[in-house]
Amino acid sequence: MRALAGVSLAIGQGEFFGLLGPNGAGKTTLINVIAGLARPDSGAASVMGANVVEDYRRARRMLGVVPQELVFDPFFTVRETLRIQSGYFGIRGNDAWIDEVMHHLDLTAKANANMRALSGGMKRRVLVAQALVHKPPVIVLDEPTAGVDVELRQGLWQFVRRLNREGHTIVLTTHYLEEAELHCNRIAMLKAGRVAALDSTRNLLETFSGLQLRVRLDAERLPEPFPAQVVARDGPLFTLRLPSARELEAVLARLRESAIGIVELEVQPPDLEEVFLRLTGRQS
Amino acid sequence: MTGFWTLFLKELLRFWKVSVQTVAAPVLSALLYLIIFGQALEGRLQVYEGVRYTSFLVPGLVMMSVLQNAFANSSSSLIQSKITGNIVFILLSPVSHLEFFGAYVLAAVIRGLLVGAGVLAVTVWFVELRLGAPLWAFAFALLGAALLGALGLIAGIVSEKIDQLAAFQNFVIMPLSFLSGVFYSIHSLPGFWQKLSHANPFFYMVDGFRYGFLGISDVPPYASLAVLGVSFLIVSLISLGLLKAGYKLRY
Repeated sequence: MRALAGVSLAIGQGEFFGLLGPNGAGKTTLINVIAGLARPDSGAASVMGANVVEDYRRARRMLGVVPQELVFDPFFTVRETLRIQSGYFGIRGNDAWIDEVMHHLDLTAKANANMRALSGGMKRRVLVAQALVHKPPVIVLDEPTAGVDVELRQGLWQFVRRLNREGHTIVLTTHYLEEAELHCNRIAMLKAGRVAALDSTRNLLETFSGLQLRVRLDAERLPEPFPAQVVARDGPLFTLRLPSARELEAVLARLRESAIGIVELEVQPPDLEEVFLRLTGRQS
Repeated sequence: MTGFWTLFLKELLRFWKVSVQTVAAPVLSALLYLIIFGQALEGRLQVYEGVRYTSFLVPGLVMMSVLQNAFANSSSSLIQSKITGNIVFILLSPVSHLEFFGAYVLAAVIRGLLVGAGVLAVTVWFVELRLGAPLWAFAFALLGAALLGALGLIAGIVSEKIDQLAAFQNFVIMPLSFLSGVFYSIHSLPGFWQKLSHANPFFYMVDGFRYGFLGISDVPPYASLAVLGVSFLIVSLISLGLLKAGYKLRY
């Protein structure tokens, strides 16, 4: 089975990068290649200049991965788990940083609780903390908010954004498009193992989504031909899609020529969900 | 080196936190063997001139416990981590395949020796035992535990499910350890079985370990130690190869 086919991506230092795509698009496979959990048949990946196969020790020190699955070691407490993880990265006496991470993730009260006794959301927080014990310059979050309550989601994003501001590169995969829209400054959309789109979030929204207008007219018919796509219609209420704001002038002119007046007008901002659906071909 | 030490300590903690099951239980099993076989056969069986049966049996039981528990430690720890998925925490870290191997095998050795010492400590009260050549005994226990620890690592890597590992344990480890001359000397066997026993590496471990106590063995201890050393080398190389390739660990 071929999970990835010719993905070529460069993520810049300090970026908040989104990796989007439907299930099975290859997001997790791509992350696994970067993390060294999967080995590609061909091609190469590096983290901060370190090849993930040949120079794996350096590459892995640069990388903190929050895995998608809710995994934990039932033999240990939260603090033990974090100390052990620090040790794997060659760090001893890491308690000051562990305390800080636990504080930001609201884990302090659970420091001495056994992993088994934690709720799903708490376990997810520990996974995030584990990925951060070695202060990696690059942090990969694979669906970090899947099945997580709103409160944690807020706290988590606050912390991740702070890390990003402090210079950490963030790579995020998510199903929640609004999260990607809100946080990522650049996005790659994967489809069937290929990069279907790669651009800044703003450009993607502009290029793919265009502008959606809801207008109430004083007529129930539009002149033919009309320079915008009609998405929906309910009496004099039309939903129009324009490739970009630049086409707005033509729409207004056409209405003026036909002596149709505008009663009400609402501009709907572009939405990543639409970009996503159009690129992944689920739009009718 | 911190990565190695951490993984090693984690492996020690893992079995120590459930020591009733990982240390006390096998000690009790060995004690039961001693009571049953010792009671049934003492006075009826003499393997070597002037050596009581129980004095012959106890070193064998100790070594069998060392070997079985060393194997159980690395294999079950690894399969549990694979099934629950928490192996990913090690795989994401810069811990090398050599550190991985060293930590798992050394923890297996410690568990094996600890159980062995436990068996010795509870059985020594019931039998006449002298430790004639302690260095020989220690060398065999150490190398035997390391061999089984490395073998357990292979079994843990290759198995995908608990029952595959259990099959390995029941159909390979158990027969080899029971047929290694723990309960009898292979000289009491018919010719064919005696020859077959020489192909069993467990036989050399038990025989050599027993030499450390009784000063008597079926095979010269140097020869047994050589067989053990070569076996350890082969098993270790296979195990390291699998770890380096990421076989069934990294895809």
